[in-house]
Amino acid sequence: MMVPLNWYLILSAAVFMIGMFGFLTRKNVIIMFMSVELMLNAVNISLVSFSHYLQDMRGHILVFFIITVAAAEAAIGLAIIIALFRNKQTAHVDEMNEMKG
Amino acid sequence: MMTSYALIPFLPLAAFLINILFGRKYLKENAHWVSILAVAGSWVVAMMALVEVYGGTKINYDLYTWILSGGFKVSVGFLIDQLTVVMLIVVTTCSMLIHIYSVGYMHGDPGYYRFFSYLSLFTFSMLMLVMANNFLQLYFGWEGVGLCSYFLIGYYFNKKSASDAGKKAFIVNRFGDFGFGIGIFIIFLTFGTVYYEPVFSQAGNFANASINFLGYDVHLMTLIALLLFCGSVGKSAQMPLHVWLPDAMEGPTPVSALIHAATMVTAGVFLVARCSPIFSLSETALMVVALTGAITSLFAATIGLVQNDLKRIIAYSTISQLGYMFLACGVGAYTAGIFHLYTHAFFKALLFLCAGSVMHAMGGELNIQKMGNLKKYMPVTYITMLIASFSIAGVPGLAGFFSKDEILWLAYSGASPVGKLVWLMGTIVAFLTAFYSFRLIFLTFHGKFRGTHEQEHHLHESPKSMTIPLMVLCIGAVAAGWVGIPHLVGGGAHFTEFMKPVLGHPEGHGTHAEEWMVMGISVLVGFAGIGLAYFMYMVRPELPARIAQQFSAVYRVLFNKYYVDELYNFIIIRPTTWIAKNVLVGFTDARIIEAIVNGVPNAIAAFSSGLRRIQTGLMQHYATIMATGILLIIAMMLLR
Repeated sequence: MMVPLNWYLILSAAVFMIGMFGFLTRKNVIIMFMSVELMLNAVNISLVSFSHYLQDMRGHILVFFIITVAAAEAAIGLAIIIALFRNKQTAHVDEMNEMKG
Repeated sequence: MMTSYALIPFLPLAAFLINILFGRKYLKENAHWVSILAVAGSWVVAMMALVEVYGGTKINYDLYTWILSGGFKVSVGFLIDQLTVVMLIVVTTCSMLIHIYSVGYMHGDPGYYRFFSYLSLFTFSMLMLVMANNFLQLYFGWEGVGLCSYFLIGYYFNKKSASDAGKKAFIVNRFGDFGFGIGIFIIFLTFGTVYYEPVFSQAGNFANASINFLGYDVHLMTLIALLLFCGSVGKSAQMPLHVWLPDAMEGPTPVSALIHAATMVTAGVFLVARCSPIFSLSETALMVVALTGAITSLFAATIGLVQNDLKRIIAYSTISQLGYMFLACGVGAYTAGIFHLYTHAFFKALLFLCAGSVMHAMGGELNIQKMGNLKKYMPVTYITMLIASFSIAGVPGLAGFFSKDEILWLAYSGASPVGKLVWLMGTIVAFLTAFYSFRLIFLTFHGKFRGTHEQEHHLHESPKSMTIPLMVLCIGAVAAGWVGIPHLVGGGAHFTEFMKPVLGHPEGHGTHAEEWMVMGISVLVGFAGIGLAYFMYMVRPELPARIAQQFSAVYRVLFNKYYVDELYNFIIIRPTTWIAKNVLVGFTDARIIEAIVNGVPNAIAAFSSGLRRIQTGLMQHYATIMATGILLIIAMMLLR
């Protein structure tokens, strides 16, 4: 039996919400970064499921692009976090308020 | 051939640009070469123009379209007719000689290049003024010479009296130029153009037209003429706007000679003569011109009697002689007015340059009571100044005699209703002029030296660059009048004939006997003035002081120039400064303008300090706001 599309979408929404709440509530930069990855993958799930549902390969192709970009983004993001940590000796996001007006 | 006439004004302009840009660093002590060569070039081209115009050609062409807006067109153009050519000769000749004189006079001055660049700019403006073929270009030149006058009066700008005098000249001229400007507006409104030719040829059609001005129906031509005359009154220092000219003597003496005697101040007379087709249509305006001229002439001459400042006496003499020219224009004798302008330029420039030479020797001293016996030390200056004084006093045969006589005769015999009155005033002025001119000569050059020993030791004749222009001008002061010897004494009256196409030819209505009488009286009063001055200052030197004591009230009034400056101070300057201080600074500036200027940034600052509170700098806050926003947008789309 086929798993209905709705289930995939609910999974995608749940993963996205977990990622979003993680990003908004956790204070550690690394965790926040992981949350962002989570949100990206939630979107990937919905793209793949729609692609399968509509029998259209364009969704798959887009997902491959997203995974590639996410890999690059992870490399840069981690580098930035390391640089930040070297400067601040902390990974706590509340300490990073240089942009305060 | 035509375009080469554009060189007349543009050569001095080029000299100005070169001197002002490169004078300070590169030309320095050689700045005069550029200016002198430029003005000499202008003189040569002006002479070519004279030859051409004398042959009967009238040059009128547009060089460049300046403003084109709908039906309103103005160009930079040149009209060279007989009147312009006479002005060109006067301006370029005087300007050239005074440039040369300045080489000696200004030697060693730290602003040497600046002085010459201003002189060139002045020459350019003055030439643009006289060569204009439309009113707007005339106005451009008019303001240009005013500006240069301001620069040059305030040339010694670290001297407060000089910079004040510059401002005074500029501000007093605003009063006159305001009227002049409105006059040009009304000309454009009436004729639809500001070019001379259509305006003057159509003026006759409006001879009886009237216009509603400030709620009154006034005769159109009278209004235009009087408004134009307003400008003349300011520029030519006539009553009641004469106050700036004596103060203008704060400038260097060559400037006084060039701008405040020979050329710029005569621009007013030139304007009246140029606009003679308009003035001739209004009897009232002519009468106003004649009376203003006559009264100013008498007024300034009486002040000149008692002043002690060498240059100011000559300045009052200038005001008086300008009044003479207006008197002539007012009785319809424009030719005689321009003739006097032309002869006056030579002998008055000469008087000023001699005064400069005396100042040079006296180390800047101007009080004639502290001079005396200078003829021993400065023979060239003495002789040239003596001849200039004979000329202004109207000694027969010299330049001043012919022009003055023509004015008096045409005033006496002309058709003007005030002719006889202004003739009488003019004759009195002739007497006073002779008297104060020779008072100056006797006090300065004769008797005993009354200055300090140091000054006496320093006395010397001026350098060649100064005395040669004096001698050349002296030839002018003697011979300039010979082109206009009247028929009565066997001359050809060439000047009058030459000007006839532009200014017409007013015929005197009188017998030969009357003409001899008028001439005789003017000669007689001239000699009487000289004689009286000789008697009072040479024969009985104690007499002037006794007279001053006897009539101390009159003396005080004259010495204080009729208290005109004090009057203006009381009725204009003080109220104006009061308004400026209490209303404009105290209220408008502090309460309105500053309120706006400070209020706007204050309001922005208050608003933005509120906005600053949400800029926490914490990334998660921003993310929360973004997320909330997206959720709200989605909610709105779903619920719609």
